Amino acid sequence: MNSRRKKRLTLVVALIVGVTAVASLLLYALNSNMNLFFTPTEILQGKKDTGIKPDIGQRIRVGGMVTMGSMSRDPESLYVEFVIHDGSGGEIIVTYDDLLPDLFREGQGIVAQGILISPNRIEATEVLAKHDENYMPPEVAEAMGENYKKLDYSGEQLSQQ
Amino acid sequence: MWKWLHSYADPQRAYRLSSTLLPWFSYLAFAFIAIGTVWGLLFAPSDYQQGDSYRIIFIHVPAASMSMTAYIAMASASFIGMVWQIKSADWVAASIAPVGAVMTFIALITGAAWGKPMWGTWWVWDARLTSELVLLFLYLGVISLYASFEDKVLAARAAGILAIVGVVNIPIIKYSVEWWSSLHQPSTIKIIEESTMSSDMLYPLLINIVGFGLLLGAITLLRFRTEILARNSMRSWVRELAQIEGAK
Repeated sequence: MNSRRKKRLTLVVALIVGVTAVASLLLYALNSNMNLFFTPTEILQGKKDTGIKPDIGQRIRVGGMVTMGSMSRDPESLYVEFVIHDGSGGEIIVTYDDLLPDLFREGQGIVAQGILISPNRIEATEVLAKHDENYMPPEVAEAMGENYKKLDYSGEQLSQQ
Repeated sequence: MWKWLHSYADPQRAYRLSSTLLPWFSYLAFAFIAIGTVWGLLFAPSDYQQGDSYRIIFIHVPAASMSMTAYIAMASASFIGMVWQIKSADWVAASIAPVGAVMTFIALITGAAWGKPMWGTWWVWDARLTSELVLLFLYLGVISLYASFEDKVLAARAAGILAIVGVVNIPIIKYSVEWWSSLHQPSTIKIIEESTMSSDMLYPLLINIVGFGLLLGAITLLRFRTEILARNSMRSWVRELAQIEGAK
């Protein structure tokens, strides 16, 4: 390798190393802001590294699993109320008054955006279903004991939209 | 070995080699994508939760993984072009950029179309989606930098620097779903562990990924040949070639 090539190689490698260092420091600094949502435990006890707790009245996103058997629906309207939890035991009540996405069901992960109206209650304006990385045919799922139940809306509920 | 490899930097030999490879890439790409798509869309079982909507994975995942593969290929070509000053390598980088941009665009569009019924939204600013959008902008930046200089040696240098710097984004896209909490699910296909997908869904998906890779190669070769001709239009062998083609 002649000296001009060596010089160019050093320059380009230095460029790559420099940019990588800058990007990783930037991402490290922004780490907590890169998360899309709070977990229920973080809302109740504050973030693990910074201890920051969202204020009441603040617009936030919360993500967690819908607790089995926690969902109650108003038979007359689209209003629903359910509890979401995470692995560390935090629980938050979410209320919502709109159509839920196809993948929404109890035991499924969701991300809700809304206003924190009391320390453990969120009035959601948007509920998104989070999908996991598992794909399988229904027969396999049945054999594995995964239950699958889709939400049904009555015609009356849908017409209120 | 290096000497042998180096001889292909010569435009005329590179042109001839890519002409020989082009039909292989094209026919194989067609065969793989045809088999993978028909198998995936018609014969693979439906998913236990998503029903038939999951089938967009057979386009979305191949396009997304090729958008990243193409970027790495483009940046490596730029790197070789910059350090060893091989013009052919710069032309390879310039030929890959638009193909990669289209792959990225397909991945974003199919993802949005799936996200609407499944998540409940077309778009969300989570780490995976945002970094993939940044990838599209990087491609567009490389394309426009290369196009905006009259002097193509200078153009390749400017576009090459952007391409090499942008490589930082690739691990961010790849690991965004593991580093941060995001709405996008983690990857299904795992290299070390067993994939979390039933095998009669996985095989057509893998076939389509290979197919998209071959398609990426085929279109790149096609564009590379055109780029060689455009950059060497004053050379005698190009003129001869033009006369032979014109006489047909």
